[in-house]
Amino acid sequence: MTNILPRKDVVIVGLGWTGSILAHELAQEGLDVVAIERGPWRDTATSFNIGVMPDELRFAVRRDLFLQPRTEAITMRNNVDQVALPMRDYGSFLPGNGVGGAGVHWNGQTWRFWDSDFRTRSHLVERYGAQAIEGLTVQDWGVTGAELEEYYDRFEYLCGISGKAGNINGTIQPGGNPFEDPRSRDYPLPPMQMTYGPSLFAEITSGMGLHPFPCPSANLSQNYVNPLGVAMSQCSYCGFCERFGCANYAKASPQTTVLPALMRFSNFEARTLCEVLEVNLAPGGETARGVTYVDSSNEEYFQPADLVLLCAYGLFNVRLMMLSGIGEIYDPQTQTGTVGRNYCYQTNASAKLFFDDKTFNPFIAAGALGQTCDDYNGDAFDHSGLGFVGGSGINCLPTNGRPIETRYLPHHTPRWGSEWKKATAKYYSNTLHFTSQGSSYAARGNYLDLDPTYKDRHGRPLLRMTFDFTDNDVRMSDWVSDRMEDIAKASGAPKYSISRVAKGWNSAVYQSTHNVGGAIMGADPATSAVNPWLQSWDVPNVFVIGASAFPQNTGKNPTGTVGALAFRTARAIREQYLRNPGAALVPR
Amino acid sequence: MRHGGLLRFAGWAVIGLFLAVSAPARADGLVQADVLYNGYYQSVLGDCSGCHTKAGGALLAGGDPIETPFGTIVPPNITPDVETGIGRWSLEDFRGAMHRGIGRGGKRLYPAMPYPYYALMPQRDVDALWTWLQTVPPVSNAVEANLLPFPFNEREAMAGWNEINFRPGPFQRDPDRSDQWNRGAYLVRGPGHCAACHSPKNVTGGDVADRYLQGALLQGWFAPEITGDAWRGLGGWSEEEIVAYLATGTSGRAVASGPMREVIEASTSKMKNDDLRAIATYLKSLAGSDGARPTPVAADNPRMVAGGAVYRDNCAACHGTDGDGARNLIPALAGSAAVQQEMTDTLARVVIEGVQGASSDKAPTAPAMPALGWRLSDAEVADVLTYIRNSWGNAAAEVEARSVEDVRAKLK
Repeated sequence: MTNILPRKDVVIVGLGWTGSILAHELAQEGLDVVAIERGPWRDTATSFNIGVMPDELRFAVRRDLFLQPRTEAITMRNNVDQVALPMRDYGSFLPGNGVGGAGVHWNGQTWRFWDSDFRTRSHLVERYGAQAIEGLTVQDWGVTGAELEEYYDRFEYLCGISGKAGNINGTIQPGGNPFEDPRSRDYPLPPMQMTYGPSLFAEITSGMGLHPFPCPSANLSQNYVNPLGVAMSQCSYCGFCERFGCANYAKASPQTTVLPALMRFSNFEARTLCEVLEVNLAPGGETARGVTYVDSSNEEYFQPADLVLLCAYGLFNVRLMMLSGIGEIYDPQTQTGTVGRNYCYQTNASAKLFFDDKTFNPFIAAGALGQTCDDYNGDAFDHSGLGFVGGSGINCLPTNGRPIETRYLPHHTPRWGSEWKKATAKYYSNTLHFTSQGSSYAARGNYLDLDPTYKDRHGRPLLRMTFDFTDNDVRMSDWVSDRMEDIAKASGAPKYSISRVAKGWNSAVYQSTHNVGGAIMGADPATSAVNPWLQSWDVPNVFVIGASAFPQNTGKNPTGTVGALAFRTARAIREQYLRNPGAALVPR
Repeated sequence: MRHGGLLRFAGWAVIGLFLAVSAPARADGLVQADVLYNGYYQSVLGDCSGCHTKAGGALLAGGDPIETPFGTIVPPNITPDVETGIGRWSLEDFRGAMHRGIGRGGKRLYPAMPYPYYALMPQRDVDALWTWLQTVPPVSNAVEANLLPFPFNEREAMAGWNEINFRPGPFQRDPDRSDQWNRGAYLVRGPGHCAACHSPKNVTGGDVADRYLQGALLQGWFAPEITGDAWRGLGGWSEEEIVAYLATGTSGRAVASGPMREVIEASTSKMKNDDLRAIATYLKSLAGSDGARPTPVAADNPRMVAGGAVYRDNCAACHGTDGDGARNLIPALAGSAAVQQEMTDTLARVVIEGVQGASSDKAPTAPAMPALGWRLSDAEVADVLTYIRNSWGNAAAEVEARSVEDVRAKLK
């Protein structure tokens, strides 16, 4: 039997970055807000206790803070000719679990996308002609870089991002990223202190005429009090960021930036260990009435609400829309339907430079501490005649030197025995590691839908992911790997190895938790699931907020853009939607 | 809480409006509203809800038990409920309780109710508080206040206690001091009843007059010295830091926790800034213990070496190798009077079981110290505390493992 609860103004599914930002904005507006979160409550002193947190086995290898497949699995295949099977363990990507979501376990690399990224299709067609994007289903976002600037700024100041501006109101700033779009002011904090590895990388690449600059970091270079009055601490460079919660309030997360202010509102409530099963629609399917969820004792509740915000991890936003009948599920044969369309990922490769006479001390690290070159990212370079579109940032970000998983070994090193031990000891500290993080451009055959066979513990179909790297993206990444090889050669390292991306995406090997798309934003309801305010085209009192809205992915980490979109949607709800609740902000 | 504040203000506006339209003369209504607001503010100054409201419970409907050296006392329900609150009390009864420690029907109160301090309040303010108490929603909640063992359960014994410890009001101004100083002295000695926690007690539980506000142990917490003493008191604090601490829960370098967190959240964060400044002026003017600062324990002392190692492994990531902490978030240990107090019960319990800091609308962080007692032995806790008390210019007596063991035993 379903327990029917008293009505709320707003129900939010998931209390991570977007959920907590939206909850805070709408609680400020005076609305009664409830957030329903599948995982547990987490806070710094108890959940990320300094005496517990630096436990690589528990948190990095056994992934204590992550979603486990027994709670929700995903089936995968590389193309429609295969039969998808459930991932028995999350490997290639690791969705978070619990309050704070991915904001707990991220590294903290906080980027702004460029205007040319938001206008991917128009921009590429204008510059290279329509044939340049043949076979790709890249789209425009329906928002410009200039429109998002103030929201990027809000997110960066919320988090205390440490970096160096490259372009303030059109004036190029020495030491910053010369390729970035104009920003209204510098980052709230200066860049982190550079360690030897990134410093050497900067020396080598600037010697080659490239433009290295400090990666914008949510690991704080200094103590900081954000605009909500929430205080954060300077990073201690311990190197336990990705896969860990920060033990000393030094990495921006919902816990360290928003939740302390949010939890003071008596008109906000968080319900943890509660899993939303469905958004309930009124007859006709054009209005959401609320959500149905189960608590940890499997008791079922209906939470009525006027406004439903899907703020779960992007993949699960998409699945919840499909399970609830919000919008039409995408069909790759007919290319109709919008939900599940344009699932994209990230196209990565890496370089390892093995020195004999250098000591990098990789254990002095932070998740976003290092140097980046954007010379080969996005459309910062002329693609004429290259045979691909898109690009990669080249990042020297030695995020950690944790003992179990840090194994820098040249090719042909024996896999065991005394030679292996000798090489492990030698190259632990002597290796300069950098990576290319590449764009992932949408194609017809890469998409999400519901699996016809496999179900979760509640009997609901699992999400099915059909994905492989596109030929365009493989060509792009391979070309950038050649550029990384140029850097390796210029470095004078006696040995190096370059790993290259290959067709046949493997879900078992960790690559990136930057899964994007599936509920994409856009100006055309025929090819997007949500309008440019992230409001469902089909059910206007549902907003779907997160990286699920990205029509394709860039060569940058998504969180900055996710945060900016959340602030922009919050403002649209406060200033436009609430004047005429239930109405579409953009007519169909 | 912000929401609650708004509601409360809205409530005031409604009361004011109601009185304004229903009273014969509009001016009377406004006078009445002033009285009510003054009464509410007296409840803030006196921190009534600090004791009389349970954590998460209804306003003034009875508090959490208070452990005293004489036994347990439960703060009663002081809502206007007729059966279980003070609904049958008269204004005269209330004045008796506040000024003489004698409640309705001549029943003597225990001085856990801080009437020896409230006795300094002018009758006008006590009357205003009474008027405001009538507007608190009545809640039916029977409280058995007196859980004391014999002979302390004999209320009449309090007559003798008063003979020894109680000096009736009113507050006497010092004409040689500024108005601000006098206001601060009144607030600290009177409604703020700071000495109830911060002054050492004699065998009968009364304040030791010549050790006024020099720190005392209460309910497992050592309330530190808050005089102007440069070593253990507030001598190293600016007035601005004291005001910020009381208004927000953090001075920047210090973060309130333990019982002081409750005082700040329920009382001082709601006080007017001028009153906080007056409190700061007065406290800094007090001479204090003037204890001779000892020579710090030598850095090469084996306990300092061991404590330094524990510190670097467990504490330095947040508090810094220089003991400087992080503004509004992680208390600075260097130069902290709180870590150099005579008794170390607070320090030991904070290391063993952790603690959550105070929060306010202006400083909402509510940072917390993680519990480390599960991984540090009594000797390690004692060593690291010795190290903290004798590094970066700090100097204080070594901490013995035995005293940490005692604290740990009480926390179980």
